[in-house]
Amino acid sequence: MKTSAPSDSLNNDVLNNALSTHLAKRIIACLDVDAGRVVKGVQFEQLRDAGDPAKLAQIHAEAGADEIVMLDITATAEGRRTLVDTVRRTARHLFVPFTVGGGIRTLADAAGIFDAGADKISVNSAAVANPGLIGEIAARFGSQAVIVAVDARRGSSDVTDAEVWVAGGRKPTGLKALQWAREAEARGAGEILLTSMDRDGTGAGFDCQLTAAIAGEVSIPVIASGGAGNVQHFIEVFSAGKADAALAASIFHFGTHAVAELKQTLRDAGIPMRWPC
Amino acid sequence: MIAIVDYGAGNISSVKKALEHVGAETQVTNDPQVVAVASKLVMPGVGHFCRCQGLNSNLGSAVMQSISRGIPFLGICVGMQWLFEGSTEAPETPGAALFPGQCCKFPPHVKSPHVGWNRIELRHESRLLRGIQDGAFLYYTHSFRAPVVEQTAACTYYGGTFSAAVERDNIFGAQFHPEKSGPTGLRILENFCAL
Repeated sequence: MKTSAPSDSLNNDVLNNALSTHLAKRIIACLDVDAGRVVKGVQFEQLRDAGDPAKLAQIHAEAGADEIVMLDITATAEGRRTLVDTVRRTARHLFVPFTVGGGIRTLADAAGIFDAGADKISVNSAAVANPGLIGEIAARFGSQAVIVAVDARRGSSDVTDAEVWVAGGRKPTGLKALQWAREAEARGAGEILLTSMDRDGTGAGFDCQLTAAIAGEVSIPVIASGGAGNVQHFIEVFSAGKADAALAASIFHFGTHAVAELKQTLRDAGIPMRWPC
Repeated sequence: MIAIVDYGAGNISSVKKALEHVGAETQVTNDPQVVAVASKLVMPGVGHFCRCQGLNSNLGSAVMQSISRGIPFLGICVGMQWLFEGSTEAPETPGAALFPGQCCKFPPHVKSPHVGWNRIELRHESRLLRGIQDGAFLYYTHSFRAPVVEQTAACTYYGGTFSAAVERDNIFGAQFHPEKSGPTGLRILENFCAL
């Protein structure tokens, strides 16, 4: 694995962060699931099969992933509920934090997912349609259990114009991503999972500008997603992007990067990581 | 049998799963009579401290009686915070006052909740943390933290130093989530089960 040398200003940022806290930046492995199987799309299309979610989750956790996120990516579009059995099977032998999203529309849906063994749920379309849902779930299960997923697209526009899309990236909402992230926090979200739809599946790197803008807008942790292609992208999103965690899917499933190797390289670059992992 | 005390504070399935993984027999209960016959008690808890109001009851009394009989007790997250006098999160809800001081919010200059893996600094000999390395990473998710007291077995730094684990005789508390902290967390649960 090759990395180019980070710039001096970048190193200073990282160093300052490291001095103020030992809190590690998190590497989150994401399992995009369709009908109980893990898939990963390029810009949400062209799905490739990468296996059994329960097995992959455990492999990632043992390899050093700090968290596992499972997204039922077709649930909303097809009006299906998240597959509770898949969640139960995946959670059974998983002893790192486990988040489940996709198709959660009501407090009862969320309760079913928690009961199956998830630690956090991620809401997206349903929260946009009914923002009160965020507070309902937070009141019952705590803010720490509620992640609001924001799928944003901005093309070549400024970050302030980034727009929220729902239904698995198929429907624009007219909502501005920055404003929505702030509202989600106010309503009780514990974390924001920001996916750049422009970058998702491209391997071209995270949208660091957008991530930093959202991180500056809210005081809850921001998980950056969409575009991870190499280790330098992770260094950038944790420094310039001010992300608290970074999420990736395909680069782990297809063996491009072992998690431990990625974390070792990030540590060498001065990013605080859980170690040994 | 380890009774997992269910007082309505969020999700407890992860704790049950992890305890069973390390070989414990568990029962999730809100029944004071089940608590009274358990050989150990684990009290998880996520979310708002006001949920501890549910312990202002026969259930809470049964827990306190077991603790005073020397039954090993492990409070996790809000379950540990309950061991203190109270929390500014819900000033009207009393804690068990088995450890001194109030739980308070993180200062505004750090992000809150404190979410993720952070290191512990061991402070003194601990049965709960036997075999755990100084500097080990554990998983946290909380917005309020307990003060460092004489019985603090390990502390963590985030916007100041707080109690990561407390321990006195048969009373144990963990602010982190051992059930979500990988092999290190499972080892801590094993230590508790072996008491």
